[in-house]
Amino acid sequence: MVRPLSLAQRLHLDLPLLFALLLAAGYGLLVLYSAIDQDPERLEAQLVRLGLAFTVMVVVAQVPPALWRRLAVPLYLAGVLTLVAVLLVGEIGKGAQRWLDLGVLRFQPSELLKLGVPLLLAWFLALRPLPPGAWRTLGALVLTALPAVLIARQPDLGTALLVGSAGLAVLFLAGLSWRLIAFLGVTAAALAPLLWSQMLDYQKNRVLTLFDPERDPLGTGYHIIQSQIAIGSGGVYGKGWGLGTQSHLEFLPERSTDFIFAVLGEELGLFGVLALLGLYLFIVFRGLYLASQCQDSFGRLLAGGLTLVFFVYLFVNTGMVSGLLPVVGVPLPLVSYGGTSMVTLLAGFGLIMSMYTHPGATGRGGGGRILPRW
Amino acid sequence: MNVDLARRKSDPAREGKRFNFRGRSLLLLGGLGVLLCAVVASVFQRQVLEREFLREEGEARYLRDWEIPARRGMILDRNGEPLAVSSPVASVWTDPRKLKDYPEAIGELAEAMRLPVQDLRQRVAERQNKGFIYLKRRIEPDQAEEVARIKDEFKIHELGMETEYKRFYPGGEIFGHIIGFTDVDDKGIEGMELAFNGWLGAEPGLRRVIKDGRQQLVAEVERVRPPRHGKDLELSIDRRLQYLAYRELMRTVREHKAKSASAVVLDVHTGEILAMVNQPAYNPNGDKDGDQSTRRNRAVTDVMEPGSTIKPFVVAAALEQGLVTPTTPIDTSPGTLAVGSNTVKDIHNYGRLDTTSVITKSSNIGVVKMALRMKKETLWNLYDRVGFGKPTGVQFPGEETGRFRHFKRWSDFEYATQAFGYGLSVTSLQLARAYSVLAADGLLKPISLLKVAQAPAGEQVLSAKTAREVRAMMETVVSPKGTAKQAVIEGYSVAGKTGTAKKSAGRGGYAAGRYQAVFAGMAPAKDPRFVLVVMVDEPGAGKYYGGLVAAPAFARIMQGALRLFNVPPDHPEVKMLMASADATP
Repeated sequence: MVRPLSLAQRLHLDLPLLFALLLAAGYGLLVLYSAIDQDPERLEAQLVRLGLAFTVMVVVAQVPPALWRRLAVPLYLAGVLTLVAVLLVGEIGKGAQRWLDLGVLRFQPSELLKLGVPLLLAWFLALRPLPPGAWRTLGALVLTALPAVLIARQPDLGTALLVGSAGLAVLFLAGLSWRLIAFLGVTAAALAPLLWSQMLDYQKNRVLTLFDPERDPLGTGYHIIQSQIAIGSGGVYGKGWGLGTQSHLEFLPERSTDFIFAVLGEELGLFGVLALLGLYLFIVFRGLYLASQCQDSFGRLLAGGLTLVFFVYLFVNTGMVSGLLPVVGVPLPLVSYGGTSMVTLLAGFGLIMSMYTHPGATGRGGGGRILPRW
Repeated sequence: MNVDLARRKSDPAREGKRFNFRGRSLLLLGGLGVLLCAVVASVFQRQVLEREFLREEGEARYLRDWEIPARRGMILDRNGEPLAVSSPVASVWTDPRKLKDYPEAIGELAEAMRLPVQDLRQRVAERQNKGFIYLKRRIEPDQAEEVARIKDEFKIHELGMETEYKRFYPGGEIFGHIIGFTDVDDKGIEGMELAFNGWLGAEPGLRRVIKDGRQQLVAEVERVRPPRHGKDLELSIDRRLQYLAYRELMRTVREHKAKSASAVVLDVHTGEILAMVNQPAYNPNGDKDGDQSTRRNRAVTDVMEPGSTIKPFVVAAALEQGLVTPTTPIDTSPGTLAVGSNTVKDIHNYGRLDTTSVITKSSNIGVVKMALRMKKETLWNLYDRVGFGKPTGVQFPGEETGRFRHFKRWSDFEYATQAFGYGLSVTSLQLARAYSVLAADGLLKPISLLKVAQAPAGEQVLSAKTAREVRAMMETVVSPKGTAKQAVIEGYSVAGKTGTAKKSAGRGGYAAGRYQAVFAGMAPAKDPRFVLVVMVDEPGAGKYYGGLVAAPAFARIMQGALRLFNVPPDHPEVKMLMASADATP
């Protein structure tokens, strides 16, 4: 029973996921257009970035999993080495060493590792039957921690968090035993004070501010207070698109980037927020579903891990803006103004689609051949 | 155990049993759902539960009540000449957190506002925890233009100016004591500025505006209340006479190396103060951190013992009692008089005098003898009626009323000293008011520093006849036989009395060589228009008699007043001259 392949199948795309992503990106553009005061130039720039990111996603989806499997180690190594290079010769950008200037373009190696770490871990853990034993777990942890620590030293806590959670997500999906999870949890709790002492003053401040924004209302607490006011003043129905006073009267800082969720909350209200979160939830659900449909461990682990990274993105950002989490510089996926992280993010979805759509390419089993019917 | 685990997991057959991916995914999805619910709950809490509070907080951030500046009332002289005016100036504010990003602009701003660059830099650096500071308040209009240019050039949103009013005193130090001044918030601190703060004071208007995070005005929502400008205040002072009196008093202080001095001119008919000057003076426009004592309006706040200037009132009391007439003989020989265990002395032995010449010569013994023939109460009553020991009613801040003890507490000798002006104290203004009773044929009129629309009726505290008789006696003081020949004014009759008081040095004692020279008088003597008191404190250039130190200044100031107010000359010889001039075809 050979059915003719649809266009989406030929292009190795998953239509529900693609539509959800496009819908979220469109909704994001709408919010962004208001946040940038309807500046056509910036809107155009964002459109170009979105176009580029979706193109990258489609291209990545064309590459068969077998090739990604082979690319895992080189990509990871390239990422870690450039990270080291950045720390040594990195150009100072916005107070932190994050950029490597390659002459023509400025390159942020930490972005590469957002994909590199899950790739490598999926490859590493899928080498042997799952679940991994203690030693391989330890190995996976070291492979995750190395880039995470390097990024944290830049210092870029947000990306370090994303990279670290990518590794942990893959490990969890690989069937890490509950005993080991408990053991790691206890160890992490025990190490927390040590971690605290390693944190920079401004990072500590952000955490303390979460519990008491009024301790420094004009400094660290300013962002939190202003964003909560913006969200709260929106109410259930919002003030209407383009009518947010807090956002447009320059009270809300970073309103087109990290704090754009507050603009959404103020202008479109609780319903607007729920609509976006619903879309996100669908994307996560679909990502995990696609992962579970992959026929081999590498694909499953990679697709699942990347979906989780996406979730961490949106959770850290919305949690921060709504006052649940400390202020960490993580953009709201598909909505925030800015390019690099969006390209990485959609490349990740390209990977998920690649894992899911390529027939048997990952070697054993060839699960992708049987296309699910939906 | 680790080994055991590793062995089991290396068995591929058991993989499916140990865990399944789908289960983990569902578990994960559940976990993620919980986290997402936490976000939703957090948003719900802000948008539904805390909504009102946060909305108000938000409004508090963009809704602002802005003041609309209001102008304080002017202070004018009796002819409408401005003595205190409020002119619009700009105050420059900024957000120091933003301004620090424009180091070159700070330099230019400092130059524009005439501030040391280092000071400004330091201030901006130190106030990094504030969102709003004034860089400088009340800069001149040309400086404000500079600041506006810098704001445009560097496009600094967080730099702004607001209109305020700056108080300016065109009369400077000549009016400083009367007008006083205001503080940086436009509140009266001294003088009439303080006394009439409520009248002069303006109430800023209020408008509710929408402001953005950079403090920029976006829109006006409503005008809550319009600004209420202050009301103008018209003083009784004549600017020209004040200038003249100031000049003459300063000249006298320099000539006689005096410590301080005061002069007060009263309008006899209206009770208005036409001029009131003091030395030393200060300029209310300038730096007011200097010697505080220069700010005192001494004519009102400082007391002196009136000395011989009080003698006309003793004579008036005796005349009222019918004890004497102007020609009643009084023997003052041998120039000393024992009162109890003390002795009253004259400078010379004047021998046999009459009532008039007691005033002409200023004989202590003469007035004491008259006083001793009265009851203490009688003299006390007269002093009380002409206003000693009582406020003058001008309500000037810091007014002194002087020492004036009740007659029941006077000892016999103290009673005697009251007759020649010791043991009680008065301000120059009180003395001028008392003399105005003699000038106004016995009428005591309320004294005013504000322009009076209609001459008040006054209270008869002395018979008109007595007042005229005493004036006639005081005319002799200015005669060649009297103690104040230098008080003569060409063309006018002058009545007055000198006073030379030893300065009190603490309890009961008197300081050697420290005097207060006074001349109190009026002109024209037959129908006085002005009363003038000149008091010179501690003249230090040799002369110290009131007739030598204060009388010349009296003559010059009084002459100026008569001329400025076009008072016709009344001296018999001049009258005759004028009459013959009129008669000439």
